[in-house]
Amino acid sequence: MKQTANLGVDIGGTFTDVVLEIGDALFSTKVLTTYAAPEAAILDGLAQVCAKAGIIPAQIARIIHGTTLATNALIERRGARTGFITTQGFRDVIEMRTESRFEQYDLNLTLPLPLIARNHRHTVLERVDAGGNVLISLDKTEVEALADTLGDYDSIAVGLLHSYLNPAHERLIRDVLLARHPGLSVSLSSDVSPQMREYERFNTTCANAYVKPMMASYLGRLREKLAETGADCPIFLMHSGGGIISIASAAEFPVRLVESGPAGGAIFAADIARRHGLAKVLSFDMGGTTAKICLIRSGTPKTARVFEVARSYRFKKGSGMPISIPVIDMVEIGAGGGSLAHLDAMGQIRVGPESAGSEPGPACYGRGGLRPAVTDADLILGRLDAASFAGGTMPLDPDASAKALTTQLKLDAQTAAFGLSEVVDENMANAARVHAVENGEDLAGYTMIAFGGAAPLHAGRLCEKLGITRLIVPPGAGVGSAIGFLRAPYAFEATRSVFMRLDAFDGETVKSLFAALRSEATEFVLSCDPQATVLAEHKVYMRYVGQGWEIPVILPDALPTAPSAASFLALFEAEYSALFGRTVAGLAVEITVWAVNATTPVAAPPLTLPTAARQPVKADKRQLFSPTLGEMVTAATTDRAALTDGRTIQGPAIITESETTIIVPAGFTATGRADGCIDIRRNP
Amino acid sequence: MTVAYQIMWNRLISVVEEQAQALIRTAFSTSVREAGDLSAGVYDAAGNMLAQAVTGTPGHVNAMADAVPHFIREIGLATMAEGDVYITNDPWMGTGHLHDITVVTPAFHNHALVGFFGCTAHVVDIGGRGFGADGNSIYEEGIQIPIMRFAGKGVVDQTLIRLLRVNTREPDQLIGDIYALATCNEIGQRRLSDMLVEYAIPDLTGIAAYILDTSHKATLDRIAALPRQTASASMRIDGFATPIDLCVTVSTHADHVAADFTGTSGIDPKGINVPLVYTKAYACYALKCAVAPDIPNNTASLAPFRITAPEGTIVNATRPAPVALRHVIGHLIPDTVYGALNQILPRTVPTEGAGALCNFQVSLRPTGAGRRAEVLCFNSGGAGARPTLDGLSATAFPSGVMTMPVEATEHAGPVIIWRKELRPDSGGAGQFRGGLGQFMDVGARDGHVFDFSAMFDRVDHPARGRDQGQSGGPTRITLSDGTVKPGKGRFSVPVGQSVLMEFPGGGGIGDPLARDRAAVIRDLRLGYISETSARDIYGLTPAEVTQAGQD
Repeated sequence: MKQTANLGVDIGGTFTDVVLEIGDALFSTKVLTTYAAPEAAILDGLAQVCAKAGIIPAQIARIIHGTTLATNALIERRGARTGFITTQGFRDVIEMRTESRFEQYDLNLTLPLPLIARNHRHTVLERVDAGGNVLISLDKTEVEALADTLGDYDSIAVGLLHSYLNPAHERLIRDVLLARHPGLSVSLSSDVSPQMREYERFNTTCANAYVKPMMASYLGRLREKLAETGADCPIFLMHSGGGIISIASAAEFPVRLVESGPAGGAIFAADIARRHGLAKVLSFDMGGTTAKICLIRSGTPKTARVFEVARSYRFKKGSGMPISIPVIDMVEIGAGGGSLAHLDAMGQIRVGPESAGSEPGPACYGRGGLRPAVTDADLILGRLDAASFAGGTMPLDPDASAKALTTQLKLDAQTAAFGLSEVVDENMANAARVHAVENGEDLAGYTMIAFGGAAPLHAGRLCEKLGITRLIVPPGAGVGSAIGFLRAPYAFEATRSVFMRLDAFDGETVKSLFAALRSEATEFVLSCDPQATVLAEHKVYMRYVGQGWEIPVILPDALPTAPSAASFLALFEAEYSALFGRTVAGLAVEITVWAVNATTPVAAPPLTLPTAARQPVKADKRQLFSPTLGEMVTAATTDRAALTDGRTIQGPAIITESETTIIVPAGFTATGRADGCIDIRRNP
Repeated sequence: MTVAYQIMWNRLISVVEEQAQALIRTAFSTSVREAGDLSAGVYDAAGNMLAQAVTGTPGHVNAMADAVPHFIREIGLATMAEGDVYITNDPWMGTGHLHDITVVTPAFHNHALVGFFGCTAHVVDIGGRGFGADGNSIYEEGIQIPIMRFAGKGVVDQTLIRLLRVNTREPDQLIGDIYALATCNEIGQRRLSDMLVEYAIPDLTGIAAYILDTSHKATLDRIAALPRQTASASMRIDGFATPIDLCVTVSTHADHVAADFTGTSGIDPKGINVPLVYTKAYACYALKCAVAPDIPNNTASLAPFRITAPEGTIVNATRPAPVALRHVIGHLIPDTVYGALNQILPRTVPTEGAGALCNFQVSLRPTGAGRRAEVLCFNSGGAGARPTLDGLSATAFPSGVMTMPVEATEHAGPVIIWRKELRPDSGGAGQFRGGLGQFMDVGARDGHVFDFSAMFDRVDHPARGRDQGQSGGPTRITLSDGTVKPGKGRFSVPVGQSVLMEFPGGGGIGDPLARDRAAVIRDLRLGYISETSARDIYGLTPAEVTQAGQD
């Protein structure tokens, strides 16, 4: 029987990862990203994995693609010549931001420039109120006159006040623009992000317009080139919310592709969580520059409605631009293998977010890097072996690491390395703790799933700091995101801002609102696969009247068709007390945002892993620094390939493989599993 | 142990950030959740503040450091027990007005008192006349809670709850906020215990000494590097009914920096007076930004900044002076301090800016049936130019609060904001231009009338420029028919009219003619300045004006 071949492709900042899956077999490769023509790297990688698997491109049934191209265009400001049309009196919304400073103590703070400069922001006289009623009608002749002056733009964003309630004026503008300039790329805020809060909505729409011509042309080219090689199968795109959408939807709403790579990583971890039957998982993805942490409950990553891209100031909250689209909720901090350390004004070690990158790289690369990076500390502490790094293809120079550590951190090499490593681990642990608190979670009962090149080196220590007793390191950790794409469902979330107090609850409105959202979201999914079974998850965001933060409340399936205020209240109170430990009697409650996430079922039954008898693996000895004892100790070491099903190794231990190294802390035991995962648990 | 101490210090800073986050998410008061008007801190057993969350307002900077010693003195260490929670809203021992509730919880580990957690939040209502400058004494501004137990050994004082409920307009929200404060201290306590267990240490003695010594030394190093000098400055501002002079003398010494406010105007009859704690907070914030911005706040890093003011001045108002709107004056203290500091540390600090937030409250009444509504808006003018950079436009300084989305404000009540955008030509001209202020235009939806409470300064005293830099545009408030209105106080708005506001810009630095030509052309192209200003003030040639029109 012929098995289906699926291809996952992740274009990252440095590498393009390509993974071909045929049945249970995975063939993967990493090629350097080709910025000028990103599809070139894909074609290269495609040829490589096809050769490895012994198939031709025409045999591929489905290609799933995720990319940082949209993100990079926003960060590097390499987008289309874009204009913005908004309500008269509100020309500067995307420039005035929140009117606050994201760093309190820096007198020389500068704010990021708006994506679209003031002279490219145009206004029209019109006004809709907070009830969706038209206060001032839009005059079509005024729009036509304006449209005549906009011929130089490749792309136009339109964002009017309260358009999420009444999109008529935005649509009129679009119709006029397209009549005057056929083929112009137009993005309406009522389509891109129909949510209340003008700064976030306008900015999201501008970002969409800014990357749209480039992404549309890239996706068109990609389809063409793939077809030329014979791979004329359907192509889908991974979006930030963790699902996949058609290439046509992606070209229309490219802003939804931002953060698709990290989303793939979270889906990868969620898949492992489901296979191992884990209800509570902390996914930990640490690469060269950043670390990403995500909470996964019952096999589903937590999601959010808004996030920030292009943070301009040390990853500081508020220093980027807000994008309000459904997104997998992750914290990203500047902590990776290349993160550089320095001493601050008080002689304290600080690590990141500045990164050594690949050129010059950490000091131990011997390419002229003089400042110590996390990788240098890992080398000095015995976690990495100088001779066998990257499968022995790239020997490391421990003397260069030691010199960088001692000169920059003013301590002996080992203490400096320990300090550096502890600081970066503590930074990540703190980020995880704060993220958990924000989500009302206690990490004690969680299992960590670690992937990305640097994660398995630090995950064990992170578990110790967070009180986590089980750690899983899956195989293929180096191309986790691309594998994640292959596991993602077809999914689309439709959202709408409509305010409704529970004391003015209107069941009919609720029913019709959900019906509209359901059909919008379902349509997107069916456009990917007309035969698909579609599941709809209904969600609202609720709060006490007067509060500024909404909390997500997931509704049982029966509620949207038979809604009642009492059941909404009960669900809200349960969720609120789970998050904050109490409810507040006597206060009115309101719903602010409504959402329906349509998705295809995720097929991954809990894995019934064969459990071979436990048997210690044969191991060598190596010196490894113990963070709890503060000195070098003798650790067992083995190759990952030797840890077959049931084989165990006692921490402190080092498990090596070509892509990374797994450190097993003292007091933990690592066991090989039949699916290739390394399962590390604290000894009872 | 050094590495372990560094990690524990990081951990304590993270713990107070967690504490603050929990509070932002659960608080009801707009100023807490939207604007970050809150703070959280951890203290050792002697009451020394070891770490403080960096939140939206510097107004709590020293106030928090001073607060816990007051609690230790009033409650008495010997009587403190596990499960206790203490509370106050005393403006002179807390953070400057009755609306700020401070809650302090003793932290126990293995049944021994090891430290304290404290936090403060601005509550929606505290009774009295309501939030405004109208009180003639503290007694009219709301209910006063002396330092006392909110809970003793885990049992909440129901008498206090009943008293608070009956004396305030939004009792559920107030009580909810107090519980939120108590809960966020609990979170801090749990994390602290986890840390003590992880590092197998009995208490905070060692780590406290490490944090305080390291911070103290680092701060002293910075201060020692300053030129030893004394300089004075004064700034006249609108005040409520009569102008106020803020006067300060800053002097640098081997081991401290002093700022003394002798010469400042006396107590005002209206509620814009400032308790010394709040003056200390803003003066200290200003000095710290200039001298040691990267050293975290704690008792030792703040101690070398010594702030004094004679009793009876508006910046050291004593009981029973009314203090509800102490921020209106307090926010202008940094500009005053920088006037003096600029003489000691040239080319370091910004010139004057909008200073106070441009907040207003709209009280709407239906003409027929319907709901009354109160809508409070936070907005910012332009900040002063920096020695090598333009001032930030429509951005709060020294406060760090955020504005609310217009769409959210319009959902809060039947108000219409017709305009909210940058105000061209309001940034003081200079080689480095002041930040632009903004225009706002506020009216009511059909079927409603409204009163407008103004809380603005810089109407008669715009932000001054420096070194030939020009002043920023002044505040100007009119009705839509052109009637000029005052910057402070409450007035009713005739049916069909709206209130037009021009919020002030920041001052400029240096000669406008010395401004980089490309920057002037860009300013003209973007409409930050008019063609007239470009020509007459910045000396742009007709050819350059044409160039600005092309892009």
